[in-house]
Amino acid sequence: MKYLVCVNKTPDTTAKISFKNDGKEFDDSGVQYIMNPYDEWYALVRALELKEANGGEVVLINVGGPENDTVIRKGLAIGGDKAVRINGSGDSFYVASQIANYAKDNNFDIIFAGKESIDYNGSEVPAMVAELLDLPFISYGIKLEMEGETATVTRDVEGGVEIAEVNTPFVISAAKGMAEQRIPNMRGIMMAKKKPLDVVEPTSVEARVEISSFELPPPKAEVKLVDPENMDELVRLLHEEAKVI
Amino acid sequence: MNHSVKTDQYTHHDHYGVDELLDSDHLLARDAVRAWVKQEVSPIIESYAEKGECPTHLFKGLAEIGAFGPSLPTEYGGGGMDEIAYGVIMQELERGDSGIRSMASVQGSLVMYPIFRYGSEAQKKKYLPKLGSGEFIGCFGLTEPDHGSNPGGMTTNIKDDGDAYILNGAKMWITNSPVADLAVVWAKDEEGAIRGMVVESDSKGFSAPEIHGKWSLRASITGELVFEDVRVPKENVFPEIKGLKGPLSCLSKARYGIAWGAVGAALDCYDSALRYSLEREQFGKPIGQFQLTQKKLAEMITEITKAQLLVWRLGTLANKGKATPAQISMAKRNNVHMALEVAREARQIHGGMGITNEYPIMRHMMNLETVLTYEGTHDIHLLITGMEVTGLNAFK
Repeated sequence: MKYLVCVNKTPDTTAKISFKNDGKEFDDSGVQYIMNPYDEWYALVRALELKEANGGEVVLINVGGPENDTVIRKGLAIGGDKAVRINGSGDSFYVASQIANYAKDNNFDIIFAGKESIDYNGSEVPAMVAELLDLPFISYGIKLEMEGETATVTRDVEGGVEIAEVNTPFVISAAKGMAEQRIPNMRGIMMAKKKPLDVVEPTSVEARVEISSFELPPPKAEVKLVDPENMDELVRLLHEEAKVI
Repeated sequence: MNHSVKTDQYTHHDHYGVDELLDSDHLLARDAVRAWVKQEVSPIIESYAEKGECPTHLFKGLAEIGAFGPSLPTEYGGGGMDEIAYGVIMQELERGDSGIRSMASVQGSLVMYPIFRYGSEAQKKKYLPKLGSGEFIGCFGLTEPDHGSNPGGMTTNIKDDGDAYILNGAKMWITNSPVADLAVVWAKDEEGAIRGMVVESDSKGFSAPEIHGKWSLRASITGELVFEDVRVPKENVFPEIKGLKGPLSCLSKARYGIAWGAVGAALDCYDSALRYSLEREQFGKPIGQFQLTQKKLAEMITEITKAQLLVWRLGTLANKGKATPAQISMAKRNNVHMALEVAREARQIHGGMGITNEYPIMRHMMNLETVLTYEGTHDIHLLITGMEVTGLNAFK
């Protein structure tokens, strides 16, 4: 089987987040980047496990500039066979369109992505890819088992799980539980240097969403201690300051 | 004290953009080893150090990640990487613990490297792949109870006995020796020339008693090597190399790794102190807002930055085969001393908490006392630089 894994580059979870250009743009000075953990730990590793069990090929795809190559190489070091970087950037629709455009000519059996990227948390790209390719889409899978061309997918739902069956080809977004993180070893890192990383120019796609501005969450207010005897003051604070009653 | 479940919150500090001087392989190697340390070392290290026990299960993990001989060719069990990659791996391991880095330094630089550099083809094929995969653990016997800084005075010796040599003597302060499957041993032949050889630990007359009571490198196992009429087959002796340059070239390799490793220990202390200084409040504000705390932190990151640049340059020279033993001495001496000073300052910033195992500071500080002395003492490295600049030998 052929597996396509969408991998995204996101700021490290410990990065300090700030914005520039009147809050319209993320300020990435001094920010260290990682591969989006949902893509790496769950989507990519499950694709590799299926390949190891049944044979096939795992192809990584990323939409972005050459600064993303280190993250893509990490995916190859973990075990991806080859990678494609679409040399452009844009909103979710732009990214999904580029991925769908590449995938439509390459007959992938399963297209994997993480359930969301940890920076913008949109969960949009895999659903859009499925729609653009007219494929079934299963979101937030926590378990994926294959039997021939039929997949059984377990999803978390409120208060329990949902179990679904789908035939290939399909698109799936992976959540925690689908696989376990793999740390690349030195041999994998060296082998990754010899694996192909093709750079493809993007097709022309108009962005559909414009970001007006970003805002940081308000700073946490200081804790106010109220004397247990002074219930009137507590009620006043809840009413006038917290505005919850 | 409940410490083992505490999450390792370490983040990298790169005040001068040194990362931009590294290739993507280096960054991937560093991040991989950092992730491995956070997963395998940080959760257990305080408890092993407290018990004075070596987490020997980590040998297999170190092998799997590729920490043994990363810069040796892949056909001999190495990683085929360059010297900077080797350096960043050592940095990340020592960020976890100097003892864990020592486990890897000895296996890679002091056991695999001499077999690769001086061994016969048969010796390389027999030992290197198994050392690279962690199936065999090795140790390195040069220092003796009465000959530390003066290894040329060694009394361990071999005598010709037909198809073998008879080895007698004792070695001291040998990392990994009690758990080793083999030892690379340096001994004098009947002409007084220093020869190197592989001695298997199941040989008759071979013993490796553990040294107890260390207040440093407590998670690393250290022992003696005692040889009583041990028969060493002649095919186990390195064919060509004679004299001190054999063991000293191995030490250069290991010292190079220590120069990088010490930066890791310093970064861990700085990282912890910086975080603590922003969380801990006194007189109504974080202690990081006080000038004296800022002085400590600013001086720490200044010295760390200088050390990062020093090892990057040393690594660049090493990749061209141009790093001299004297340059390696300077970096080892400077960076280990720097790390020890950073640990002491970091301990002060942590106040009383700095002496507990809630934080890694005291463990690093005690470890670094060993690192300051082993692989060439702080003073001996000074004299190597002194000899380099004056042309005059102050050793004798």
